[in-house]
Amino acid sequence: MSISTQFILNDQDIQTNFHPGILILDFLRQNEKLMGTKEGCREGDCGACTVIIGELANGKVTYKPVTSCLMPLGELHGKHLVTIEGLNLPELSPVQEAIVEEGATQCGFCTPGIVVSLTASLMEKGSEISRDSVMRALSGHLCRCTGYRSLIASETHLLNAVDNATGTDALLEKGFLPGYFRKIAERLNKIPSSSKPDGVVEDFLIAGGTDLYIQENKAIPDSPVTILNLRQELKEITRKNGYISVGALTSFEEFASHSDILEIIPEIEEYMFLIASWQIRNRATIGGNIINASPIGDMTILLLAMNAHLVLQNGIGTRTVPLTSFYKGYKQLDKTNSEVLTEILIPVPAKKTRIHFDKVSKRKCLDIASVNLAVRVEEEDGFIEEVGLAAGGIAPIPLHLKKTCSFLKGQIVSREIMEDAIAVMQEEISPITDIRGSREYKRLLARQLVIKSFIRLFPKRLSAEEFYEKY
Amino acid sequence: MKNIDAALHTRGESEYADDLPQPAEMLYAAVYGSPEAHGKVLKLDFSEANKVPGVAAVLTAKDIPGENQIGPIIQDEPLLAKEEVHFAGQPLAVVIASSPQTARKGVGFITAEFEELPIITDPKVAYAKGEIIGTPRTLAIGDVDAAWDKCDLVVEGTCDMGGQEHVYLETHRARAIPLEGNVIRIHASTQSPYACQRAAAKILGVRHHRIEVDVKRIGGGFGGKEDQATPIACMAALGAWYTGKPVELVLNRSEDMRMTGKRHPYISDFKIGATKDGKILAFEVNHYQNSGATADLSTAVLERTLYHSTNSYFIPNARISGACCRTNLPSNTAFRGFGGPQGMFVIECALEKIAEALNKPKEEIQQKNLLKKGDLFPFGQRFQNNHVQRAWKNTLSSYDIEGIRNRIDRFNSEHFGTKKGYAVMPVCFGISFTTTFMNQASALVHVYTDGSVSVTTGGIEMGQGLSTNIVKIATKAFGISSERIKLESTNTTRIANMSPSAASSTTLLNGNATVLAIKQILSRLKSFAVEELNLPDKDSFTISEEKILHNGKDTGMTWNDLVHKAYLSRIGLSAHAFFATPDIWFDKKKERGEPFAYHVVGTAIVEVTLDCLSGTYDIDSVKIVHDLGRPLNRRIDMGQIEGGLAQGLGWVTLEDLQYDEKGQLLSNALANYKVPDVYFMPDDIQVKFLTNADSELGPYGSKAVGEPPLMYGIGAFFALRHAMKAFRPDLEFPPTSPLTPERVLMSLHPEFLEEIKELEFPSHTLTEETV
Repeated sequence: MSISTQFILNDQDIQTNFHPGILILDFLRQNEKLMGTKEGCREGDCGACTVIIGELANGKVTYKPVTSCLMPLGELHGKHLVTIEGLNLPELSPVQEAIVEEGATQCGFCTPGIVVSLTASLMEKGSEISRDSVMRALSGHLCRCTGYRSLIASETHLLNAVDNATGTDALLEKGFLPGYFRKIAERLNKIPSSSKPDGVVEDFLIAGGTDLYIQENKAIPDSPVTILNLRQELKEITRKNGYISVGALTSFEEFASHSDILEIIPEIEEYMFLIASWQIRNRATIGGNIINASPIGDMTILLLAMNAHLVLQNGIGTRTVPLTSFYKGYKQLDKTNSEVLTEILIPVPAKKTRIHFDKVSKRKCLDIASVNLAVRVEEEDGFIEEVGLAAGGIAPIPLHLKKTCSFLKGQIVSREIMEDAIAVMQEEISPITDIRGSREYKRLLARQLVIKSFIRLFPKRLSAEEFYEKY
Repeated sequence: MKNIDAALHTRGESEYADDLPQPAEMLYAAVYGSPEAHGKVLKLDFSEANKVPGVAAVLTAKDIPGENQIGPIIQDEPLLAKEEVHFAGQPLAVVIASSPQTARKGVGFITAEFEELPIITDPKVAYAKGEIIGTPRTLAIGDVDAAWDKCDLVVEGTCDMGGQEHVYLETHRARAIPLEGNVIRIHASTQSPYACQRAAAKILGVRHHRIEVDVKRIGGGFGGKEDQATPIACMAALGAWYTGKPVELVLNRSEDMRMTGKRHPYISDFKIGATKDGKILAFEVNHYQNSGATADLSTAVLERTLYHSTNSYFIPNARISGACCRTNLPSNTAFRGFGGPQGMFVIECALEKIAEALNKPKEEIQQKNLLKKGDLFPFGQRFQNNHVQRAWKNTLSSYDIEGIRNRIDRFNSEHFGTKKGYAVMPVCFGISFTTTFMNQASALVHVYTDGSVSVTTGGIEMGQGLSTNIVKIATKAFGISSERIKLESTNTTRIANMSPSAASSTTLLNGNATVLAIKQILSRLKSFAVEELNLPDKDSFTISEEKILHNGKDTGMTWNDLVHKAYLSRIGLSAHAFFATPDIWFDKKKERGEPFAYHVVGTAIVEVTLDCLSGTYDIDSVKIVHDLGRPLNRRIDMGQIEGGLAQGLGWVTLEDLQYDEKGQLLSNALANYKVPDVYFMPDDIQVKFLTNADSELGPYGSKAVGEPPLMYGIGAFFALRHAMKAFRPDLEFPPTSPLTPERVLMSLHPEFLEEIKELEFPSHTLTEETV
C-alpha cells in the first residue's frame, strides 16, 4: 500500500511514500533529522514532541498544536507541518525571549515543545494573551525542572511584545514568524486532494489516534490503515429538527467551541479543562471516544447522559442506535466491521434542562478518571421530569445508569430520595480494583459524585451537611 | 546572568546524546528485560530474534568479554542477568539492529523460561527474612532508654512512604562509538561519567583509559542518572565493542519506567516522647528501606536518611536505626534529597502526633525543639549557627502565621464540605557527599592567545544551571567578560576520576576547582605583568572589565595584550586544579563525625483547600524563607527552589508509584503515573532569602540549592491532614504517603466504606487495563 503523502514541512515541500500510519515524530527525527522535536512519553502526556499543523480552509490556513507522537504521517496530506526549526528566526522570537528572560528553561528537553505551543497560542487570531491563555498553552506539557511558575510568568513578556496583535498575519507583520508562512496557503492549494479511501476494510481505521496509537503503536506501521481524518465531511456540526448532528470526526476542541454545543452544554469548556490538554483536544474525536469504548471515556459519559444517538453507515445504508444500548460488554459494540460511525445526534434538551459533568482523577486536570459522572435533568421545583445519568470507571462499559434514572424520574429531590437513588446505583455498578483506584474507592466516589452533582444542580433542596449528619 | 543554554534550548538546538549527528552505519539497541520479578533462568531463547531482518546481534551475559559486574558500592549487580533474575525488567539480552523499531521487534521474539522464586516487595518482609544489604546502621545520642521515663507523653506510629519515579523528560540513553586502538567513546546521558567509564572498562575488560565518556548536557537527572545511567552506557558500549559499529540505546518511557529504579519507599516505625509543654526528650526510629534488588546507592541513601531523621530539631536522646532491605523491585536509587525526605517525613509525623496528643498547633511543638547554635546532631556534628531559628522566625513573622491560622480557622468554621489546612515545614539539609572521599573535583582551564577561555569541569549540566554558574564564577575569577568564556562538554579525557554531579555539591566542588585553576593562571600572568610593566608586587595586580589594574589604577594594558605577550614570553596559559572539601570526616565504626561542610536551612508554610466530598484538593500557596548564602545567580537558584518544591509536592500527593505483589510495575506510563502539571502547582509561590548567611566554603559565598527545597513540599502532606482533621476531628488518619485523592476520600468517609463492603455485588473482571 504505497499512498503518496504530500505536504509542506516548515518551508520545504515533501512528497513521501512512507507508510501513512507511521508517526510524525518518528518521521521528523529519523528521516528528516529534525532533532528539536523530542520524544518524552510517546503517549501524548508530556508535550515534548508538540508540532503545529496548518490546515487550509477557505483560502486561509489555521494552525493548531498537536502531539506528533500520536498523529499519523498520512494525515499530513495537504497540510503544513511546523516544527520548532520552522519557527526559528535569526533572533529569538517573543516566546523564546520570554522563556530566556524568565529563566523558564532548565534542562531544556521540554522547552522546544513548549515554545511551539505558546507560539501556536499566539497564532490563533483574536486570541488574548492572559495568564489563562498561557496556562492553556502549557496544559499539555510536563516540565520536571521549573515547577511552571517561570513559564507562566512569560505572559508579561508576551503581552509587551505582541500587544495582543495575535494571529498569523499580525505576527508576520511584526516579524515574529518566518516570512515563508505568507506563501503557505498558496502552496497548499496546489497539492491535489488525496484519493478517498472508500469501502476498504483495513486493519486500522485511524481517527484522532490518541488512544489507538497508545494501544497499537507497534502494529500500525506494519498494517493496512485508513486515515479517517481525510474525510472532511465527517467534521460538521449542524442543527437538524430537534437534534444537533455532530460529525464523528469532530475534534474535542471543535466540539467544545461550537456555538450550538455551547448553547446546550454551557459549561463544556470548563469540563474540557478536566478532560484533555489543548494538543489532545485538537486531535481526539468525538466518534473515536465512542468507538474506543473505554469504560471511562469522558465525552462518552457526557453523551450518554445527553441521550445521544449514533448513525452507523455501511456500504448499503445507515441505521441509528441509541448510545445507551450501544455497548454490549467490555469493548463490545452493537456495530459490524463494515459499519462506520458517521454522525452523533444529540437531542436538543428542553430549556429548563441542566447538565453537570464531574470527574475525579489522581491529578485534577488532564488525567484519566477514576470515576466520571454526567447528569442531565429537567425539573420543576425539584420535581424530576426527565433525567439522564451516566458514569464511567464503575463497569466494563461506559454505563448509562438506567435503573437509577428510572428511580429518580418522577421524584422530588431530597436527601432521602438521593440516598435511595444511590442505593439503586450501587446495585447497577460493578467497579474493579485497578491502577485508578480500588473497587471500594470507586463505589464511594460514585456516591460522592452523585451527591456533589445534585447539590450543585439543586442548591436550594440539598446541602452537604445533611448527608453527613453523623460527622 | 541568564542561563547560557537558554537560547539554544528555546530554539531546539541544544544537543542531547541522541541528537548528535548520526554516524553512517549506526546500529540501534533495545533491551530484553525479564518478564518475571524473581526466578532461575531455565532457558533464554533468542533464535527467532536473530532471524528478524535487520537484527545484527543478540548479546547476553556470555558475550561480555570482561567482568559482568556494575555494582557501584557493593559488587552485586550484573549488567546482564545470567542464572537468576531479581526484578521484572532486569536486562537479560540486548538486541542490536538497523533501527530502533527493528531492535524492539527483535526483543519481541525473545522468550525465556524461569523457575519461579518467591517474590518479596515489602521491606519489612525482606528484613524478617534476613534480606539485608550491607549492615544495619544506628546513630545514637544521649540515653534514649532512660529518657522514656522522664517523658510526660510517649506516642508511637508507623509511617509508610511511597517511592517516586524521576520522570526526567529525557529518558535514559547512550551512544557508543568505536575508535581506533580499541577505544570506545560514549556519549551518555549520565550524572556520573566516571561511573560509566569505570563500569564499561570492567565490562569490556580494558583499562579505564580505553573508555572515553563525553556529556554535553542531560535532559534532567534528579539522581536517576547518578548510577543507573551506567548500565545503559555499558550496554551501548558492549554493542559497539561486539559489532565494531556505533550503537545507540534509547529507552522509551515505558522501558525506562519499568527497568530503572526510583526513590526508595520506606516503612518506618517511630516512638517519640515529650514533656507536657512539648519539649521532645526522646526519639527512636527504625527505617526499613525498600532498596530493590541490588545495592546500587542504597546504603548511602540510608545513611542520609539517618542523618536527617531529626530534621531541624535538637533531640537530646535519640536512637536512629535503619536497614537496606532487598526486595524484588528495580534497584531503587538516588533521587533529589537522597534519603533526606524520608528521614524528615518521619520526624514530622512524630511531632504532629505529639501536637495532637497535647492539643496544640504543630508549629508550637516544632518551634520549641528547633536547633540552636552548638546543638549536637545524633552523629556528633555540632550545628554551626542560628539560621534554623532565624529562617523559622522570619517565615512565621513575614508571612504572618497568626493571620493564616485565623483566616483558615474562620474559613473552616464557615464551610462544611470544603476545608482549608496549613502546615509549617522547616528543612535542615547537610551539604557534602556523606561518603567523604567523593567530595573532590577538578577543573581544566585554557586561555587561548586571543584571550578567549575554555573551561572544563567534572560536573554535569542537567538543568540545574551548572554551566551558567561555572561561567559566572570564571568571569568573576578572571575579571573578564563572560563572552570570552566557553564551557566545554564534560569529558573523562579532560577530567579524570570525577565524582557524580549530585548531593547539591556540583557547583561548590567544581566551582571551587575552577577558581583554583584560574588562580594558577592569574598568578603566572601577574608575575609576568610585574616584569613587563616594571611595577612591583604581583598581588597589587587585579583584572577588572578586561583591564589590568595595579593598585586599582589602570596600567593601560588590556587582557588581550597581557595574554598575547605572556604567550610570546612562554608563560603557561593552561591550568588544571583540584579541590577537596576540607574538614569533613566520618568514622563509621563509632558512627561519629562531621560529614557535612555546612547545612542549608529554610522554612515553608503550605496552604491547601480540600473538597471533602470528592477527596480532591488544591495546593493554594507555598511561602518560603530559604538560606541561599550569597546567591550566585538568583534566577537559577529560584528555578532550583521552585522545581525542587514541585517534586516534593508531587512526592507526597499525586505521585503514586504502584507495584503488584508479583513485583510488576503498575504505574508504568505517564498516563497512570502523574507528575505535577501547570494546573497542579499553587498560584501563590513566594520565596524570600535569608540574609547574612554566606558560606565561607561556597564559591563567592554561595550555598548549595539543588536538593533542600524539595523537602518544603512535605508540608503539603501535613497541610492536607490539617484540612482532613477539620472535617473529621473524630478520626485518626494513618501517616501514609502519597496522600492521593483516593487515600483522602477513603480516610474521610470510613462509614460508607463499611456500607460498601457489605454490598456483595458480583464484580466483573477486565482482561486488560483500559484507557
